[in-house]
Formats: sequence, structure tokens, C-alpha cells
Amino acid sequence: MPTIEVNGKSYETDEEGYLINLGEWNEDVGAYLAIEEKVEMTPSHWEVVNFLREYYNDYQIAPAIRVLTKAIGKKLGAEKGNSKYLYELFPYGPAKQACKIAGLPKPTGCI
Amino acid sequence: MGVEMTEATGGIDFEDEESGVVKKFMFVNRKAPYGTIYALEALEVVLISAAFDQDVSLAFLDDGVYQIVKGQHTKAIDVKNFSPTYRALEGYDIEKLYVEKESLDQRGLTEADLLVDVQVMSSADMAKMMAEQDIVISF
Repeated sequence: MPTIEVNGKSYETDEEGYLINLGEWNEDVGAYLAIEEKVEMTPSHWEVVNFLREYYNDYQIAPAIRVLTKAIGKKLGAEKGNSKYLYELFPYGPAKQACKIAGLPKPTGCI
Repeated sequence: MGVEMTEATGGIDFEDEESGVVKKFMFVNRKAPYGTIYALEALEVVLISAAFDQDVSLAFLDDGVYQIVKGQHTKAIDVKNFSPTYRALEGYDIEKLYVEKESLDQRGLTEADLLVDVQVMSSADMAKMMAEQDIVISF
């Protein structure tokens, strides 16, 4: 199984680079995964990543993009709950990229 | 798997999909949540189905009612407790959850034992509901 190394500790990932053990995640791991995704993290990025972690904690799944958009709109306001905003932050797919950085599995129904 | 799906879905063809026909899909859950993969697989299929803008409902009968019982502790059997995911269905616009009253009664359960809002109905009403569907997929 592939591994990544952050601060001298190694973490298992799947072939696509998603973290295997959600519980091992910390912000440094998130920052490392973001560099691999070529995403420059800002507070707005972290807001989405943290939102996803909360969502996963509540529901035990990574949400589909449509569901993520709606849930973010509800919690963080309409100006953030739209795909334009999220795609600007995560150009290669918010659900996919942000989930990876958040240490979550690939979203169910991500086709 | 591919062949089974085609049979189970009553042979949906691409023309239907392109013309935007909305069909009534019911996913019937009859098995206990753990011990077999059926419940988890059904849930995944339901979540994926939400992407296709169809009229989706779920029915819980027999031991399937245990899938949505509150307070599932799975640590001792070393599997993930996926029951919180049923509470995410609302966010996927899947809000039609039907539970057969007889199945609850036989197991000493009531609506208050369930972790999501459902519509409890008699076996006869459930049968009617099934008859109204275009496609019924059983797990």
C-alpha cells in the first residue's frame, strides 16, 4: 500500500492518494495532501475542509457535490453554497479534492 | 452484477434517461444491518440513485427495520456503524422512508426507537405502495 511521510511519520493511502485511516489525520497531513493536489490552502479552503470533516463525523460518508453545496449554503451562507465558489477553491472537483485533503474517503456516488 | 442489475431494474433503457422520465424507485430492505453486506450495499445504491433525479423511496420490513434502530454499537463485531448515514438521506432529498408496522410490532419496536423520521404503515398499505412503483429493488 502506498504511504506518505509527514513530519517523520508515515501514513497509508490508497492508490488514488486518499488517506486510509481517517483518525490519523491532522492539519499537517491535510497541508501535505493539499500540496500534492496543488491547492494553496487559505482560511476559506480550511473552512470547507473542516466542514467536510464535521459532515463525515455526523453522517459517516463523504457527501456528493450537490449535497455538499447545499449543506455549505445552509451553514456558511448562500455566497459560499454554490459550485462556482467551491470550484474556485478546488478546481479539480470540490468533493473529490477537498475530501482527499480532509482525509476522507472518495465520496459515494462520485462518478 | 451487471446482468443482475438489468433484470432487477426491469430493463431501463437509455431512451428513458435521455427524455428525462422520472420513475418511482423503491428500495426494499429486509435484512439485518450487519452479518451480510446487503444493508450497506442498498444504502450505497440509494445514495448513488439520488444523482439521477428519480422518485426514490425506501421500505424497511422484517429484520430490515433493525437498520434504522437507534443506538447501534458495532465495536465488538469490528465493523463500521453506518447507521448515521441514514440521517444524511434527507440532505440527498430522499425523504420517503416507509416502515411496516407488523415488522416493528413483532420485534417489540416502535417509531420512537428509530433514528430517522419515517412513515409507519400496515402490511396492506405497504403492498399498495409497492404496487404503485415502477421499479422495486429488493435487498
